[in-house]
Amino acid sequence: METRNIMIVGVGGQGTLLTSRILGGIMLSAGYDVKMSEVHGMAQRGGSVVTFVRYGDNVAEPIVEEGQADVLIAFEQLEALRYAHFLKKDGVIIVNTQRIDPMPVVIGAAEYPEGIIDDLKKEYRVIGVDAMSEALKLGNPKVFNVVVLGVAARHMDFAKDEWFDVIEKTVKPKFIDINKKAFEAGYELKEDAA
Amino acid sequence: MNMEEKRVMMLGNEAIARGAYEAGVKVSAAYPGTPSTEISENIVKYKDELYCEWSPNEKVAMEVAIGASFAGVRSLVSMKHVGVNVAADPLYSMSYIGVTGGLVLVAADDPGLYSSQNEQDSRMVARAAQVPVIEPSDSQEAKDFIKFAYDLSEKYDTPVILRTTTRLSHSQGLVTLEDRLNIEDKPYERNIAKNVMMPGNAKLRHLAVEEREKRLIEDSCDFSINRVEMNDTSIGVITSGIPYQYVKEALPNASVLKLGLVNPLPRRLIEDFAKKVDKLYIVEELDPLIETQVKSWGINAVGKEILTIQGEYSANMLRRAVLNEEPDIKEEAKVPGRPPILCPGCPHRSVFTVLNKLKVHAAGDIGCYTLGAVPPLGVIDTTVCMGSSISTLHGMEKAKGREFIKDWVAVIGDSTFMHTGVNSLMNMVYNQGTGTVLILDNSTTGMTGHQDHAATGKTLQGDEVPAINIMKLCSALGVKNVFEINVFDVEGLEKLIKQELARDEVSVIITKTPCVLLNRTPVTHVCSVDPKKCKKCGMCLKPGCPAVTKLADGTTKIDTNMCNGCGLCKSQCKFGAIEDVAV
Repeated sequence: METRNIMIVGVGGQGTLLTSRILGGIMLSAGYDVKMSEVHGMAQRGGSVVTFVRYGDNVAEPIVEEGQADVLIAFEQLEALRYAHFLKKDGVIIVNTQRIDPMPVVIGAAEYPEGIIDDLKKEYRVIGVDAMSEALKLGNPKVFNVVVLGVAARHMDFAKDEWFDVIEKTVKPKFIDINKKAFEAGYELKEDAA
Repeated sequence: MNMEEKRVMMLGNEAIARGAYEAGVKVSAAYPGTPSTEISENIVKYKDELYCEWSPNEKVAMEVAIGASFAGVRSLVSMKHVGVNVAADPLYSMSYIGVTGGLVLVAADDPGLYSSQNEQDSRMVARAAQVPVIEPSDSQEAKDFIKFAYDLSEKYDTPVILRTTTRLSHSQGLVTLEDRLNIEDKPYERNIAKNVMMPGNAKLRHLAVEEREKRLIEDSCDFSINRVEMNDTSIGVITSGIPYQYVKEALPNASVLKLGLVNPLPRRLIEDFAKKVDKLYIVEELDPLIETQVKSWGINAVGKEILTIQGEYSANMLRRAVLNEEPDIKEEAKVPGRPPILCPGCPHRSVFTVLNKLKVHAAGDIGCYTLGAVPPLGVIDTTVCMGSSISTLHGMEKAKGREFIKDWVAVIGDSTFMHTGVNSLMNMVYNQGTGTVLILDNSTTGMTGHQDHAATGKTLQGDEVPAINIMKLCSALGVKNVFEINVFDVEGLEKLIKQELARDEVSVIITKTPCVLLNRTPVTHVCSVDPKKCKKCGMCLKPGCPAVTKLADGTTKIDTNMCNGCGLCKSQCKFGAIEDVAV
């Protein structure tokens, strides 16, 4: 099988690491060779972060390069736009509709682009998700990332139970329940409502 | 355990830790530093079978590992590239002394500067110190090569550097686990000709080092970690480490000499390979270490003429440079940058807000608080290396007199102060400085993800120990004016800084407030703006908290999901428009 490439982008602190680990876990359980690349340290402090997950028969480099991503999972709109050119022509973007102003916008040195999702739709297949609302319904805003993953999972070839197995193995015991609920919420979310 | 269960995903650093464990390492020492930190954080999992510690700095860590080697056991020391500079003194001597128990230093370089103050290439330090360097290219090799490194260390009587980079250290790949080797301790024997580096002994050891290097240059031609993959001979590539993976992606048909040992180089192997290919490329990130030597032997090769000396490589970069192929990529959108920022509720923000108001300059140091250099806080004027804030401030005073530093402070974190800042403070007292030093004590090593140090009261192995009291330590050094204050007492802090800047003596102000991400307790209240009271003055935006944003009508809004209720914005509002709301 040709190597498939997934990117998860967001703002430091949004939980890109956990999401990539769940993704890596499911690819591994399916028997693929898997490589992942993460961001640690200074860059995590509220900066733009990107993690890569690659799987296939035999994966060489651990990074996804421009023009190669099959799926782009974005936890924030501006970050979706920043990394959109990493997608293949027929790639899909799953984007959380949350907006987080970067410091240049907060201090008035730059403007946050308007209409990002509509612009992206002109060039790519885009699925927008208001994951934060779903997470708040569950009483824990932090799990919005797993809601987004649940939406993305519908575009991959694994059964819900397989995802649940990996979530159980990946997250701390006391957070298993809430993360499964968050995944379920994303997985069952009606796309036209998103 | 069957083979299936033994294959697991591991971060490069986790695999290094596992490899050291399997190699029978008994002592590990380190100071945290991205991208090396997770080595120690993983090796502690094996604490029942080995000893591991956070040392105050890399020099101390290196010497702990050397002591363990003298005592006859295998030891590990790990650090980021700039840490190798701190440990360079013992490293150079250890190259002469050689080992009793095998000693491996893991040097984690940072091409692309994800989290560092420079982009130095540790292989150059190793070459200068005449220490062998091995370089793995994925997690499995990271584990295998470190085991190879211990055999090499003991066989050739030398410390060995395992060089990793951010991309390798922070990538995960599949690793096959093996059992821990049972390595017998070497008996201790007094041998001053080898272990006491005074001139007469060192002269002879220098010759031994030169001999060792000659042997390695020849023997390494047959090392299993140096591998030739013959394929189409029109293009040949010499590479190592992570760049090997980019070569395999971009040039799958090329012949490749994959070097596992990058210092010293296996000359005969390289010369043979060069003869077999039409065009030879050398693909190595950062400095042209392999390239310069290969070219000096009269071999025609292409390297930095077409490949950058700065940053990380990629397969696309090789496609462009070697194949002249332009990958079909859409244009990158022009979007505002998103640089890293201090977290909502970060105690550093409070210090910088006060310093900004007082128009005080700061000599900075290494930590999250380096972010105090950028807008909107813009307080830090200089940052050099670990521990430099206090000594550079002292140097300014000696250059221009005490009036010059009346509107200057040094800012340094607790972990950085324990690393090498304490020496600088000692010097400031000894040499009659009058500087004002702010120790931003957030009770942890913050930027690398919360590691303990000598002043936190806990060790890497989780033992509770007496914490070094930084106040008393400063007093013992002879600082007469030492204060401790909660960082969110904004008024009190402002008054105290003004008072100490006016004083013609050394002062230390310890702003003691834990990192907001440390031991997180549930947020009890958040701050909220009353739009009716808000006068749109924008004062609450000045500290640059990401939770506070300006709305279209000029009033401000606080994101309750981000806010930690620190109250800094509230302290800036003269109109009482910001209040605490229970959550």
